[in-house]
Amino acid sequence: MSESLPPTRPRIPGSGLAKGLAVTLRTMTKKTVTAQYPDVQPELPPRSRGVIGLFEENCTVCMLCARECPDWCIYIDSHKETVPAAVEGGRERSRNVLDRFAIDFSLCMYCGICIEVCPFDALFWSPEFEYAETDIHELTHERDKLREWMWTVPAPPALDPGAEEPKEVAAARKAADKLAAAQAAASATPDPATPDPATPDPATPDAASPNPATPDSGPEGGRA
Amino acid sequence: MNDALDVAVRLVVVFVVFLVLPLVVGQTEHKVMAHMQGRLGPMYAGGFHGWAQLVADGVKFAQKEDVVPAAADRRIFQLAPAVALLPYLLVLVAVPIGPSEGAVGQVVDAGIFFVLAVMGVGVLGSLMAGWASANKFSLLGGLRTAAQLLAYELPMLLAAASVAMAAGTVSLPGILNAFHWWWLPWQIVGALVFFVAGLAELQRPPFDMPVADSEIIFGAYTEYTGLRFALFLLAEYAGIVVLCGLTTVLFLGGWHGPWGADGLGWVWTLLKTAVLAFVVIWLRVSYPRLREDQLQKLAWTTLIPLALAQIALTGIVKVAIS
Repeated sequence: MSESLPPTRPRIPGSGLAKGLAVTLRTMTKKTVTAQYPDVQPELPPRSRGVIGLFEENCTVCMLCARECPDWCIYIDSHKETVPAAVEGGRERSRNVLDRFAIDFSLCMYCGICIEVCPFDALFWSPEFEYAETDIHELTHERDKLREWMWTVPAPPALDPGAEEPKEVAAARKAADKLAAAQAAASATPDPATPDPATPDPATPDAASPNPATPDSGPEGGRA
Repeated sequence: MNDALDVAVRLVVVFVVFLVLPLVVGQTEHKVMAHMQGRLGPMYAGGFHGWAQLVADGVKFAQKEDVVPAAADRRIFQLAPAVALLPYLLVLVAVPIGPSEGAVGQVVDAGIFFVLAVMGVGVLGSLMAGWASANKFSLLGGLRTAAQLLAYELPMLLAAASVAMAAGTVSLPGILNAFHWWWLPWQIVGALVFFVAGLAELQRPPFDMPVADSEIIFGAYTEYTGLRFALFLLAEYAGIVVLCGLTTVLFLGGWHGPWGADGLGWVWTLLKTAVLAFVVIWLRVSYPRLREDQLQKLAWTTLIPLALAQIALTGIVKVAIS
Protein backbone atom coordinates (compact mmCIF):
# COMPACT_ATOMS: atom_id res chain seq x y z
CA MET A 1 0.00 0.00 0.00
CA SER A 2 2.61 2.50 1.06
CA GLU A 3 5.01 1.44 -1.72
CA SER A 4 2.65 2.80 -4.32
CA LEU A 5 2.75 6.28 -2.84
CA PRO A 6 5.39 8.63 -4.21
CA PRO A 7 8.22 9.34 -1.78
CA THR A 8 7.37 12.37 0.31
CA ARG A 9 10.08 14.81 1.22
CA PRO A 10 10.39 15.47 4.95
CA ARG A 11 8.36 18.62 5.44
CA ILE A 12 9.56 21.50 7.50
CA PRO A 13 6.94 22.21 10.17
CA GLY A 14 5.09 25.39 9.33
CA SER A 15 6.11 25.39 5.67
CA GLY A 16 2.46 25.23 4.71
CA LEU A 17 1.72 28.30 6.81
CA ALA A 18 4.58 30.19 5.19
CA LYS A 19 3.35 29.15 1.76
CA GLY A 20 -0.07 30.59 2.53
CA LEU A 21 1.44 33.90 3.59
CA ALA A 22 3.57 33.96 0.45
CA VAL A 23 0.54 33.45 -1.78
CA THR A 24 -1.38 36.37 -0.31
CA LEU A 25 1.68 38.64 -0.34
CA ARG A 26 2.40 37.80 -3.97
CA THR A 27 -1.21 38.46 -4.92
CA MET A 28 -1.02 41.86 -3.23
CA THR A 29 1.83 42.94 -5.49
CA LYS A 30 0.04 41.84 -8.65
CA LYS A 31 -2.43 43.87 -10.64
CA THR A 32 -6.01 43.48 -9.46
CA VAL A 33 -8.64 41.96 -11.68
CA THR A 34 -11.44 44.32 -10.66
CA ALA A 35 -13.25 45.82 -13.64
CA GLN A 36 -14.22 49.40 -12.85
CA TYR A 37 -17.10 49.18 -15.24
CA PRO A 38 -19.06 52.43 -15.13
CA ASP A 39 -15.81 54.40 -15.07
CA VAL A 40 -13.93 52.22 -17.50
CA GLN A 41 -15.68 50.54 -20.39
CA PRO A 42 -14.99 46.82 -20.63
CA GLU A 43 -12.94 45.45 -23.48
CA LEU A 44 -15.40 43.14 -25.12
CA PRO A 45 -14.26 40.13 -27.11
CA PRO A 46 -14.94 40.06 -30.87
CA ARG A 47 -18.40 38.83 -31.86
CA SER A 48 -19.84 40.05 -28.55
CA ARG A 49 -23.60 39.62 -28.40
CA GLY A 50 -24.78 42.92 -27.04
CA VAL A 51 -27.80 43.91 -29.05
CA ILE A 52 -29.24 43.24 -32.49
CA GLY A 53 -28.97 45.98 -35.09
CA LEU A 54 -31.19 46.22 -38.16
CA PHE A 55 -29.96 47.35 -41.57
CA GLU A 56 -33.45 47.89 -42.93
CA GLU A 57 -32.48 48.58 -46.55
CA ASN A 58 -31.54 44.90 -46.78
CA CYS A 59 -34.77 43.66 -45.27
CA THR A 60 -37.26 42.14 -47.68
CA VAL A 61 -39.86 41.27 -45.04
CA CYS A 62 -39.36 37.59 -45.74
CA MET A 63 -40.31 36.96 -42.07
CA LEU A 64 -37.71 34.21 -41.70
CA CYS A 65 -36.24 35.83 -38.60
CA ALA A 66 -39.62 36.23 -36.92
CA ARG A 67 -40.51 32.64 -37.68
CA GLU A 68 -37.22 31.13 -36.54
CA CYS A 69 -37.09 33.15 -33.33
CA PRO A 70 -37.44 30.59 -30.52
CA ASP A 71 -39.27 32.95 -28.20
CA TRP A 72 -41.15 35.00 -30.78
CA CYS A 73 -39.70 38.32 -29.82
CA ILE A 74 -39.55 39.85 -33.31
CA TYR A 75 -42.52 41.85 -34.54
CA ILE A 76 -42.78 42.68 -38.26
CA ASP A 77 -45.58 44.57 -39.98
CA SER A 78 -45.53 45.25 -43.69
CA HIS A 79 -47.70 46.04 -46.65
CA LYS A 80 -47.43 45.44 -50.36
CA GLU A 81 -46.83 48.20 -52.83
CA THR A 82 -47.22 48.00 -56.56
CA VAL A 83 -44.32 49.28 -58.54
CA PRO A 84 -45.24 50.55 -62.01
CA ALA A 85 -43.70 48.78 -64.96
CA ALA A 86 -40.12 49.81 -65.58
CA VAL A 87 -40.38 49.62 -69.35
CA GLU A 88 -43.18 50.37 -71.70
CA GLY A 89 -45.51 47.44 -71.99
CA GLY A 90 -43.95 45.68 -69.05
CA ARG A 91 -45.67 44.12 -66.11
CA GLU A 92 -46.33 45.84 -62.79
CA ARG A 93 -44.32 44.44 -59.89
CA SER A 94 -45.28 44.25 -56.26
CA ARG A 95 -42.84 44.56 -53.41
CA ASN A 96 -43.00 44.41 -49.63
CA VAL A 97 -42.55 47.57 -47.63
CA LEU A 98 -41.50 47.34 -44.01
CA ASP A 99 -43.86 49.17 -41.66
CA ARG A 100 -42.65 47.98 -38.32
CA PHE A 101 -39.67 45.98 -37.14
CA ALA A 102 -39.36 45.58 -33.40
CA ILE A 103 -37.45 43.25 -31.11
CA ASP A 104 -38.60 42.68 -27.55
CA PHE A 105 -35.31 42.40 -25.68
CA SER A 106 -37.09 41.35 -22.53
CA LEU A 107 -37.91 38.11 -24.35
CA CYS A 108 -34.85 37.82 -26.56
CA MET A 109 -32.42 35.15 -25.37
CA TYR A 110 -29.59 36.32 -27.58
CA CYS A 111 -29.38 33.03 -29.45
CA GLY A 112 -28.60 34.84 -32.71
CA ILE A 113 -30.72 32.53 -34.84
CA CYS A 114 -32.41 35.52 -36.53
CA ILE A 115 -29.02 36.85 -37.55
CA GLU A 116 -27.92 33.45 -38.82
CA VAL A 117 -31.10 32.89 -40.74
CA CYS A 118 -31.42 36.28 -42.44
CA PRO A 119 -30.72 35.60 -46.12
CA PHE A 120 -30.09 39.24 -46.99
CA ASP A 121 -27.78 40.32 -44.16
CA ALA A 122 -30.19 42.74 -42.57
CA LEU A 123 -29.53 41.77 -38.94
CA PHE A 124 -26.20 42.12 -37.13
CA TRP A 125 -24.77 41.67 -33.66
CA SER A 126 -23.70 44.91 -32.03
CA PRO A 127 -21.53 44.91 -28.87
CA GLU A 128 -23.65 47.72 -27.39
CA PHE A 129 -25.05 46.47 -24.08
CA GLU A 130 -26.09 49.49 -22.04
CA TYR A 131 -29.79 49.66 -22.77
CA ALA A 132 -31.34 48.76 -19.44
CA GLU A 133 -34.75 50.25 -18.78
CA THR A 134 -36.80 50.71 -15.64
CA ASP A 135 -39.97 49.43 -17.32
CA ILE A 136 -39.99 46.09 -19.06
CA HIS A 137 -42.26 47.42 -21.81
CA GLU A 138 -39.60 49.86 -22.85
CA LEU A 139 -37.34 46.98 -23.78
CA THR A 140 -39.30 46.49 -27.01
CA HIS A 141 -37.18 48.51 -29.38
CA GLU A 142 -38.52 49.74 -32.71
CA ARG A 143 -36.78 50.02 -36.04
CA ASP A 144 -35.31 53.50 -35.54
CA LYS A 145 -33.54 52.33 -32.38
CA LEU A 146 -32.43 49.12 -34.09
CA ARG A 147 -31.11 51.25 -36.93
CA GLU A 148 -29.12 53.39 -34.50
CA TRP A 149 -27.50 50.27 -33.15
CA MET A 150 -26.58 49.29 -36.69
CA TRP A 151 -23.96 52.04 -36.66
CA THR A 152 -22.27 50.45 -33.66
CA VAL A 153 -21.72 47.15 -35.45
CA PRO A 154 -17.98 46.61 -35.78
CA ALA A 155 -16.26 45.43 -38.92
CA PRO A 156 -16.07 41.64 -38.98
CA PRO A 157 -12.95 40.41 -37.24
CA ALA A 158 -10.08 39.18 -39.34
CA LEU A 159 -9.97 35.47 -40.08
CA ASP A 160 -7.74 33.22 -38.08
CA PRO A 161 -4.45 32.45 -39.79
CA GLY A 162 -4.86 29.40 -42.02
CA ALA A 163 -8.64 29.64 -41.97
CA GLU A 164 -10.71 28.51 -44.89
CA GLU A 165 -11.55 31.24 -47.38
CA PRO A 166 -15.03 32.67 -46.90
CA LYS A 167 -17.55 31.20 -49.33
CA GLU A 168 -18.45 34.58 -50.81
CA VAL A 169 -14.82 35.37 -51.55
CA ALA A 170 -14.23 31.91 -52.97
CA ALA A 171 -17.23 32.19 -55.28
CA ALA A 172 -16.23 35.68 -56.41
CA ARG A 173 -12.68 34.59 -57.05
CA LYS A 174 -13.83 31.61 -59.08
CA ALA A 175 -16.04 33.83 -61.23
CA ALA A 176 -13.24 36.35 -61.72
CA ASP A 177 -10.78 33.59 -62.65
CA LYS A 178 -13.22 32.22 -65.14
CA LEU A 179 -13.75 35.61 -66.71
CA ALA A 180 -10.03 36.26 -66.92
CA ALA A 181 -9.46 32.87 -68.49
CA ALA A 182 -12.18 33.51 -71.03
CA GLN A 183 -10.69 36.87 -71.92
CA ALA A 184 -7.22 35.33 -72.18
CA ALA A 185 -8.62 32.66 -74.49
CA ALA A 186 -10.35 35.31 -76.56
CA SER A 187 -7.16 37.38 -76.96
CA ALA A 188 -5.12 34.25 -77.81
CA THR A 189 -7.30 33.72 -80.89
CA PRO A 190 -7.22 37.21 -82.42
CA ASP A 191 -9.83 36.43 -85.02
CA PRO A 192 -12.65 34.62 -83.35
CA ALA A 193 -14.11 33.26 -86.54
CA THR A 194 -15.65 30.41 -84.71
CA PRO A 195 -17.26 31.73 -81.51
CA ASP A 196 -17.84 28.18 -80.34
CA PRO A 197 -15.49 27.74 -77.35
CA ALA A 198 -16.13 24.01 -77.21
CA THR A 199 -12.96 23.35 -79.21
CA PRO A 200 -10.13 24.57 -77.02
CA ASP A 201 -6.74 25.41 -78.38
CA PRO A 202 -4.32 22.72 -77.18
CA ALA A 203 -1.47 25.28 -77.36
CA THR A 204 -2.98 27.31 -74.51
CA PRO A 205 -3.65 24.95 -71.64
CA ASP A 206 -4.36 27.80 -69.25
CA ALA A 207 -7.28 28.91 -71.33
CA ALA A 208 -9.75 26.56 -69.80
CA SER A 209 -12.97 26.14 -71.60
CA PRO A 210 -16.04 27.44 -69.81
CA ASN A 211 -18.00 24.66 -71.42
CA PRO A 212 -18.48 21.88 -68.90
CA ALA A 213 -19.75 19.51 -71.55
CA THR A 214 -16.24 18.39 -72.40
CA PRO A 215 -14.91 16.72 -69.31
CA ASP A 216 -11.25 16.71 -70.34
CA SER A 217 -11.13 20.43 -70.83
CA GLY A 218 -12.96 21.51 -67.71
CA PRO A 219 -11.43 24.12 -65.43
CA GLU A 220 -9.91 21.48 -63.17
CA GLY A 221 -9.83 18.50 -65.49
CA GLY A 222 -7.86 20.34 -68.17
CA ARG A 223 -4.99 21.02 -65.82
CA ALA A 224 -4.81 17.59 -64.34
CA MET B 1 -4.22 74.81 37.00
CA ASN B 2 -1.23 73.96 34.83
CA ASP B 3 -1.38 70.34 35.95
CA ALA B 4 -5.04 70.10 35.08
CA LEU B 5 -4.34 71.52 31.63
CA ASP B 6 -1.49 69.06 31.17
CA VAL B 7 -3.73 66.13 32.06
CA ALA B 8 -6.51 67.41 29.83
CA VAL B 9 -4.19 67.80 26.83
CA ARG B 10 -2.76 64.33 27.33
CA LEU B 11 -6.20 62.76 27.58
CA VAL B 12 -7.42 64.60 24.50
CA VAL B 13 -4.38 63.46 22.51
CA VAL B 14 -4.83 59.86 23.65
CA PHE B 15 -8.52 60.06 22.80
CA VAL B 16 -7.83 61.40 19.32
CA VAL B 17 -5.26 58.67 18.72
CA PHE B 18 -7.80 56.17 20.02
CA LEU B 19 -10.35 57.39 17.50
CA VAL B 20 -8.04 57.80 14.51
CA LEU B 21 -5.64 54.84 14.59
CA PRO B 22 -8.32 52.12 14.64
CA LEU B 23 -9.95 53.74 11.63
CA VAL B 24 -6.60 53.87 9.86
CA VAL B 25 -6.11 50.19 10.62
CA GLY B 26 -9.63 49.44 9.43
CA GLN B 27 -9.14 51.28 6.17
CA THR B 28 -5.77 49.57 5.69
CA GLU B 29 -7.50 46.28 6.24
CA HIS B 30 -10.07 47.12 3.58
CA LYS B 31 -7.36 47.90 1.10
CA VAL B 32 -4.75 45.29 1.99
CA MET B 33 -7.32 42.52 2.14
CA ALA B 34 -8.77 43.56 -1.19
CA HIS B 35 -5.40 43.62 -2.94
CA MET B 36 -4.39 40.31 -1.39
CA GLN B 37 -7.53 38.90 -2.97
CA GLY B 38 -6.95 40.55 -6.34
CA ARG B 39 -9.59 43.22 -5.75
CA LEU B 40 -9.48 46.99 -5.39
CA GLY B 41 -11.57 47.47 -2.26
CA PRO B 42 -13.57 50.62 -1.63
CA MET B 43 -12.98 53.16 -4.39
CA TYR B 44 -15.75 55.76 -4.16
CA ALA B 45 -16.32 57.12 -0.65
CA GLY B 46 -14.40 60.37 -0.24
CA GLY B 47 -13.27 60.47 -3.84
CA PHE B 48 -9.69 59.26 -3.61
CA HIS B 49 -9.49 55.46 -3.42
CA GLY B 50 -12.36 55.30 -0.95
CA TRP B 51 -10.42 56.88 1.91
CA ALA B 52 -13.63 57.89 3.68
CA GLN B 53 -15.26 54.46 3.53
CA LEU B 54 -15.20 53.98 7.28
CA VAL B 55 -16.58 57.48 7.84
CA ALA B 56 -19.44 56.58 5.54
CA ASP B 57 -19.90 53.31 7.43
CA GLY B 58 -20.03 55.25 10.68
CA VAL B 59 -22.71 57.55 9.30
CA LYS B 60 -24.65 54.52 8.17
CA PHE B 61 -24.41 52.83 11.56
CA ALA B 62 -25.47 56.02 13.34
CA GLN B 63 -28.63 56.20 11.25
CA LYS B 64 -29.75 52.68 12.07
CA GLU B 65 -32.36 51.84 14.64
CA ASP B 66 -31.02 50.72 17.98
CA VAL B 67 -32.93 47.51 18.61
CA VAL B 68 -32.96 45.76 21.98
CA PRO B 69 -34.61 42.32 21.85
CA ALA B 70 -37.66 41.97 24.07
CA ALA B 71 -36.22 39.06 26.04
CA ALA B 72 -32.81 40.65 26.46
CA ASP B 73 -31.36 41.77 29.77
CA ARG B 74 -31.81 45.38 28.78
CA ARG B 75 -29.28 47.21 30.92
CA ILE B 76 -26.47 44.69 30.45
CA PHE B 77 -27.20 44.46 26.74
CA GLN B 78 -26.82 48.20 26.36
CA LEU B 79 -23.77 48.42 28.55
CA ALA B 80 -21.77 45.65 26.84
CA PRO B 81 -20.34 47.69 23.91
CA ALA B 82 -18.92 50.26 26.29
CA VAL B 83 -17.33 47.52 28.39
CA ALA B 84 -15.79 46.09 25.26
CA LEU B 85 -14.43 49.40 23.98
CA LEU B 86 -13.34 51.48 26.97
CA PRO B 87 -10.60 49.16 28.30
CA TYR B 88 -8.61 49.67 25.13
CA LEU B 89 -8.78 53.44 25.64
CA LEU B 90 -7.47 52.97 29.17
CA VAL B 91 -4.64 50.73 27.95
CA LEU B 92 -3.68 53.27 25.34
CA VAL B 93 -3.15 55.83 28.10
CA ALA B 94 -0.34 53.73 29.54
CA VAL B 95 1.48 52.81 26.34
CA PRO B 96 4.63 54.91 25.86
CA ILE B 97 5.48 55.83 22.30
CA GLY B 98 8.63 57.85 22.93
CA PRO B 99 11.41 58.12 25.48
CA SER B 100 10.49 61.52 26.85
CA GLU B 101 8.05 62.25 29.66
CA GLY B 102 5.59 63.80 27.20
CA ALA B 103 5.27 60.73 24.98
CA VAL B 104 3.05 58.69 27.24
CA GLY B 105 -0.43 59.41 28.48
CA GLN B 106 0.29 58.44 32.04
CA VAL B 107 3.26 56.53 33.43
CA VAL B 108 1.91 53.60 35.40
CA ASP B 109 4.49 51.99 37.64
CA ALA B 110 2.92 48.54 37.42
CA GLY B 111 2.44 49.02 33.69
CA ILE B 112 2.30 45.39 32.57
CA PHE B 113 -0.14 44.45 35.30
CA PHE B 114 -2.39 47.39 34.51
CA VAL B 115 -2.31 46.82 30.77
CA LEU B 116 -2.97 43.10 30.81
CA ALA B 117 -5.62 43.30 33.48
CA VAL B 118 -7.53 46.03 31.70
CA MET B 119 -7.22 44.26 28.33
CA GLY B 120 -8.80 41.21 29.95
CA VAL B 121 -11.76 43.36 30.97
CA GLY B 122 -12.45 44.12 27.30
CA VAL B 123 -13.34 40.51 26.66
CA LEU B 124 -16.01 40.77 29.36
CA GLY B 125 -17.97 42.96 26.96
CA SER B 126 -18.40 40.00 24.64
CA LEU B 127 -19.42 37.77 27.54
CA MET B 128 -22.01 40.30 28.69
CA ALA B 129 -23.33 40.71 25.16
CA GLY B 130 -23.54 36.97 24.65
CA TRP B 131 -25.45 36.36 27.85
CA ALA B 132 -27.71 39.41 27.75
CA SER B 133 -28.89 38.92 24.17
CA ALA B 134 -31.11 35.95 25.09
CA ASN B 135 -30.16 34.32 21.81
CA LYS B 136 -28.73 30.85 21.45
CA PHE B 137 -26.12 31.91 18.90
CA SER B 138 -25.06 34.79 21.09
CA LEU B 139 -24.80 32.45 24.04
CA LEU B 140 -22.64 30.04 22.03
CA GLY B 141 -20.46 32.95 20.99
CA GLY B 142 -20.19 34.12 24.57
CA LEU B 143 -19.20 30.64 25.76
CA ARG B 144 -16.58 30.37 23.05
CA THR B 145 -15.28 33.78 24.08
CA ALA B 146 -15.02 32.60 27.67
CA ALA B 147 -13.18 29.44 26.67
CA GLN B 148 -10.83 31.43 24.49
CA LEU B 149 -10.16 33.96 27.21
CA LEU B 150 -9.32 31.20 29.70
CA ALA B 151 -7.00 29.46 27.25
CA TYR B 152 -5.08 32.45 25.95
CA GLU B 153 -4.83 34.78 28.92
CA LEU B 154 -2.31 32.40 30.48
CA PRO B 155 0.31 32.24 27.68
CA MET B 156 -0.05 35.98 27.20
CA LEU B 157 0.70 36.65 30.85
CA LEU B 158 3.59 34.19 30.89
CA ALA B 159 5.15 35.78 27.81
CA ALA B 160 4.82 39.24 29.31
CA ALA B 161 6.27 37.96 32.57
CA SER B 162 9.34 36.82 30.69
CA VAL B 163 10.02 40.38 29.52
CA ALA B 164 9.39 41.74 32.97
CA MET B 165 11.93 39.27 34.34
CA ALA B 166 14.46 40.28 31.72
CA ALA B 167 14.07 43.96 32.48
CA GLY B 168 13.66 43.57 36.19
CA THR B 169 10.72 45.98 36.20
CA VAL B 170 7.02 45.91 35.37
CA SER B 171 6.90 49.53 34.23
CA LEU B 172 6.56 49.87 30.45
CA PRO B 173 9.01 52.81 30.09
CA GLY B 174 11.29 50.96 32.50
CA ILE B 175 11.29 47.89 30.24
CA LEU B 176 12.11 50.04 27.24
CA ASN B 177 14.93 51.80 29.10
CA ALA B 178 16.47 48.41 29.84
CA PHE B 179 16.09 47.21 26.25
CA HIS B 180 19.09 46.09 24.20
CA TRP B 181 18.98 44.88 20.62
CA TRP B 182 19.92 41.33 21.61
CA TRP B 183 16.67 41.06 23.48
CA LEU B 184 15.04 40.48 20.09
CA PRO B 185 16.48 36.98 19.52
CA TRP B 186 16.42 36.33 23.24
CA GLN B 187 12.68 37.01 23.62
CA ILE B 188 11.55 36.02 20.13
CA VAL B 189 9.59 32.97 21.30
CA GLY B 190 7.86 35.01 23.94
CA ALA B 191 7.05 37.66 21.35
CA LEU B 192 5.42 35.10 19.06
CA VAL B 193 3.44 33.60 21.93
CA PHE B 194 2.32 37.04 23.10
CA PHE B 195 1.27 38.12 19.62
CA VAL B 196 -0.61 34.92 18.82
CA ALA B 197 -2.34 34.89 22.19
CA GLY B 198 -3.24 38.53 21.74
CA LEU B 199 -4.77 37.78 18.36
CA ALA B 200 -6.84 35.05 19.95
CA GLU B 201 -7.95 37.39 22.68
CA LEU B 202 -9.04 39.96 20.11
CA GLN B 203 -10.98 37.20 18.34
CA ARG B 204 -9.26 38.04 15.11
CA PRO B 205 -9.09 35.47 12.31
CA PRO B 206 -7.83 32.76 12.37
CA PHE B 207 -9.01 32.75 16.00
CA ASP B 208 -12.48 34.16 15.37
CA MET B 209 -14.59 31.20 16.43
CA PRO B 210 -16.52 33.34 18.95
CA VAL B 211 -17.79 35.56 16.13
CA ALA B 212 -17.64 32.95 13.31
CA ASP B 213 -20.21 34.64 11.12
CA SER B 214 -20.76 31.56 8.97
CA GLU B 215 -21.37 29.25 11.93
CA ILE B 216 -22.99 31.24 14.73
CA ILE B 217 -23.79 34.51 12.91
CA PHE B 218 -21.35 36.81 14.68
CA GLY B 219 -21.82 35.10 18.02
CA ALA B 220 -22.28 37.57 20.82
CA TYR B 221 -23.03 40.42 18.40
CA THR B 222 -25.95 38.73 16.63
CA GLU B 223 -28.60 40.96 18.17
CA TYR B 224 -26.69 44.22 17.95
CA THR B 225 -27.47 46.89 15.42
CA GLY B 226 -26.48 50.41 14.64
CA LEU B 227 -24.09 52.31 16.82
CA ARG B 228 -23.66 49.62 19.44
CA PHE B 229 -22.58 47.13 16.81
CA ALA B 230 -20.21 49.76 15.42
CA LEU B 231 -18.71 50.16 18.89
CA PHE B 232 -17.98 46.43 19.00
CA LEU B 233 -16.26 46.67 15.64
CA LEU B 234 -14.34 49.72 16.79
CA ALA B 235 -13.29 47.77 19.88
CA GLU B 236 -11.84 45.08 17.64
CA TYR B 237 -9.72 47.56 15.70
CA ALA B 238 -8.74 49.50 18.82
CA GLY B 239 -7.69 46.12 20.16
CA ILE B 240 -5.43 45.61 17.15
CA VAL B 241 -3.78 48.96 17.78
CA VAL B 242 -3.32 48.19 21.46
CA LEU B 243 -2.01 44.68 20.88
CA CYS B 244 0.46 45.80 18.23
CA GLY B 245 1.55 48.73 20.39
CA LEU B 246 2.09 46.47 23.37
CA THR B 247 4.01 43.89 21.35
CA THR B 248 6.17 46.72 20.04
CA VAL B 249 6.83 48.06 23.50
CA LEU B 250 7.44 44.74 25.22
CA PHE B 251 9.32 42.77 22.58
CA LEU B 252 10.43 44.96 19.67
CA GLY B 253 12.12 47.72 21.58
CA GLY B 254 9.53 50.46 21.14
CA TRP B 255 11.29 53.72 20.41
CA HIS B 256 14.72 52.10 20.00
CA GLY B 257 15.90 51.79 16.44
CA PRO B 258 19.00 51.88 14.28
CA TRP B 259 20.46 55.23 13.08
CA GLY B 260 19.82 56.88 16.41
CA ALA B 261 16.42 57.69 17.79
CA ASP B 262 16.92 61.18 19.15
CA GLY B 263 13.57 62.88 19.09
CA LEU B 264 12.23 60.44 16.52
CA GLY B 265 11.54 57.56 18.88
CA TRP B 266 7.80 57.86 18.41
CA VAL B 267 8.26 57.30 14.66
CA TRP B 268 9.91 53.98 15.38
CA THR B 269 7.11 53.00 17.73
CA LEU B 270 4.43 53.90 15.21
CA LEU B 271 6.33 52.20 12.39
CA LYS B 272 6.70 48.95 14.29
CA THR B 273 3.07 49.09 15.37
CA ALA B 274 1.98 49.63 11.76
CA VAL B 275 4.03 46.69 10.54
CA LEU B 276 2.50 44.47 13.20
CA ALA B 277 -0.98 45.69 12.29
CA PHE B 278 -0.20 44.75 8.70
CA VAL B 279 0.78 41.28 9.89
CA VAL B 280 -2.54 41.01 11.74
CA ILE B 281 -4.39 41.79 8.51
CA TRP B 282 -2.10 39.50 6.53
CA LEU B 283 -2.85 36.59 8.85
CA ARG B 284 -6.56 37.24 8.54
CA VAL B 285 -6.41 37.04 4.76
CA SER B 286 -4.15 34.00 4.63
CA TYR B 287 -5.56 31.55 7.13
CA PRO B 288 -8.93 29.89 7.57
CA ARG B 289 -10.65 29.83 10.93
CA LEU B 290 -9.43 27.21 13.39
CA ARG B 291 -11.84 24.68 14.80
CA GLU B 292 -12.79 25.13 18.43
CA ASP B 293 -10.80 22.10 19.60
CA GLN B 294 -7.79 23.09 17.48
CA LEU B 295 -7.88 26.45 19.20
CA GLN B 296 -7.75 24.88 22.65
CA LYS B 297 -5.06 22.44 21.57
CA LEU B 298 -2.87 25.24 20.23
CA ALA B 299 -3.13 27.15 23.49
CA TRP B 300 -2.60 24.34 25.99
CA THR B 301 -0.15 22.09 24.15
CA THR B 302 1.89 24.64 22.19
CA LEU B 303 1.72 28.19 23.45
CA ILE B 304 1.86 27.55 27.18
CA PRO B 305 4.83 25.13 26.99
CA LEU B 306 6.59 27.60 24.71
CA ALA B 307 5.91 30.47 27.10
CA LEU B 308 7.21 28.40 30.03
CA ALA B 309 10.32 27.50 28.05
CA GLN B 310 10.83 31.19 27.30
CA ILE B 311 10.60 32.02 30.99
CA ALA B 312 13.15 29.32 31.77
CA LEU B 313 15.48 30.68 29.07
CA THR B 314 15.05 34.20 30.35
CA GLY B 315 15.86 33.08 33.87
CA ILE B 316 18.98 31.19 32.81
CA VAL B 317 20.34 34.04 30.71
CA LYS B 318 19.49 36.54 33.42
CA VAL B 319 21.43 34.56 36.03
CA ALA B 320 24.31 33.99 33.60
CA ILE B 321 24.83 37.66 32.77
CA SER B 322 24.42 39.02 36.27
